[in-house]
Amino acid sequence: MIDTIEILKKQFEINDLYHQRSNLCFITGKKEQLLSILQALRDLHNYTHLVMVTAVDWIEQNQFQLTYLLHNYESRTDLGIRVFLDRECPVMASIHHLWKQGRVYQQELHEMFGIDFPGSPDQDIPMILEGWQGPPPMRRDFDTKKYSEETYSNRERNHHEPEQYMKQILYPEEN
Amino acid sequence: MSSLYPPILNGKAVYDLKDQKYLKIWQGPQHPGVTGNMSLELDVCGDQVIKCKTHVGYLHRGFEKLMERRRYINCFPIVCRICVPEPDTNEYLFAAAVEELLGIEIPERAKWLRTLNLELSRLASFLMWIGGQSGSFGSGTVAQWALAHRDYVLDLFEEWTGARIYHMYMTPGGVRGGLPEGWDAHAQKVLDGVYKLLDEIRHVQLNNAIFKMRAVGLGTITPDMIDKYGIVGPVARGSGLGRDIRKDQPYLIYDQLSFDTITESGGDTYARTVVRWREMYQSIDLIRQILKNMPRSGPLHISLPNVLHLKVPAGETYVRAESTRGEYGYYMVSDGSAFPRKITVRGPSYSHAMALLEDLAVGVNLADIHGLMLSLHTYPPEIER
Repeated sequence: MIDTIEILKKQFEINDLYHQRSNLCFITGKKEQLLSILQALRDLHNYTHLVMVTAVDWIEQNQFQLTYLLHNYESRTDLGIRVFLDRECPVMASIHHLWKQGRVYQQELHEMFGIDFPGSPDQDIPMILEGWQGPPPMRRDFDTKKYSEETYSNRERNHHEPEQYMKQILYPEEN
Repeated sequence: MSSLYPPILNGKAVYDLKDQKYLKIWQGPQHPGVTGNMSLELDVCGDQVIKCKTHVGYLHRGFEKLMERRRYINCFPIVCRICVPEPDTNEYLFAAAVEELLGIEIPERAKWLRTLNLELSRLASFLMWIGGQSGSFGSGTVAQWALAHRDYVLDLFEEWTGARIYHMYMTPGGVRGGLPEGWDAHAQKVLDGVYKLLDEIRHVQLNNAIFKMRAVGLGTITPDMIDKYGIVGPVARGSGLGRDIRKDQPYLIYDQLSFDTITESGGDTYARTVVRWREMYQSIDLIRQILKNMPRSGPLHISLPNVLHLKVPAGETYVRAESTRGEYGYYMVSDGSAFPRKITVRGPSYSHAMALLEDLAVGVNLADIHGLMLSLHTYPPEIER
């Protein structure tokens, strides 16, 4: 895996090498070069399996981290490629043509984080949140409790102390 | 054949619904052939499916969002609820990810008990699946048998952990308790029963002419599709690729157990059924090996500082395990606080049921759709965490 990263470093701008385990590494790449990095890893270095794509919201730094995790079945190693996007207008190149499941991940990220992947099929069709009006819910600044208090009316409920209530129901003459 | 499909104008299929040639059918979200709530929007011509679209969203409980607002130990009781029929993989992976970020090693005995728990839940999940697979092809008998035996396995879990479905057994740092007295004998009895059931399933289902007629050639996956669609687990092994995380990247004590990766070459529903059926035998064998070799004394849990004030050092990791559907993974990012920054659950059904099923369903007979879906072993709860 280290050899692969060394070769990649000659071609692309790669920094922040982070060794989590002997078989798991994370690197940070440039947003513009990501497609080329993924394609090189897939076609030249045997990282053929796209494990997942996910996003982390670093609201303090005002950016999104996208993590593309690839697996190499030959050397049994994992390589995570991180890219950072501007949180104000998050746009990223689509990978649906490299892996078929890529569009599903992108569809979910678009819905949950509001990240735009131009050209990704079915991106604008709601996947999980049909008829959702609010902001993308997985962003850190989305407060679930506040949203539900504002959106849904508060139902009045009668609360009973179970012991007292059952006594009243079962033995009304004793009260 | 080509006349089955509607004409395409400007890159879009144009249906003339008035000519009564095409019909739109929704299968699900409540359907006996779906293990959970998921629906398929099917366009059919006659009884042949010409287009399939998966719709999820009926089960979204927002676990990943919930976990961002909870301390690590508060996340522990909710992770098992992410996947209902096989919750233990979630428990193990959450605990493993936290332990890796904390840099702690769990006791040897806890590793054996975790492996035992995982294998037993694999057996329960496969028994539920084979019930669905046979039921979807009209053989309700096998479904009744298999679910009855799954209940016996759940009895074992109840005796061991106190719960039938959500065991909440593998806490970060170890396991909650050892095996109760007399549990081994009960387990052996249940395993003998399941073993006998599997022999019977071979006669009733795998050698059944009707099952073979419908399953052979249904939903064929060729080896070159595997990486393109991100196919893992028994579905990939049914196409002849010997990929098993228990063997390739051994976790817990799988490197101390003797077993082989099971593959079949057909790539169709029948091959996948045979792979899982053989893996149930393998699972029984592994449980017996564990019961024979596991240490019976020793610590179950390492002592952690007060878990309510536990802060996990900043970092990120990905851990994976082989579930009944294939690679199951947890990606965990910590920012050094007492709350996880982000936890992403990677469920195998995500790519199987969304990207793969939509393409495999085209050209399949309407009556075989749920058999095809079950042969991919999709569990909707893990798609929309």
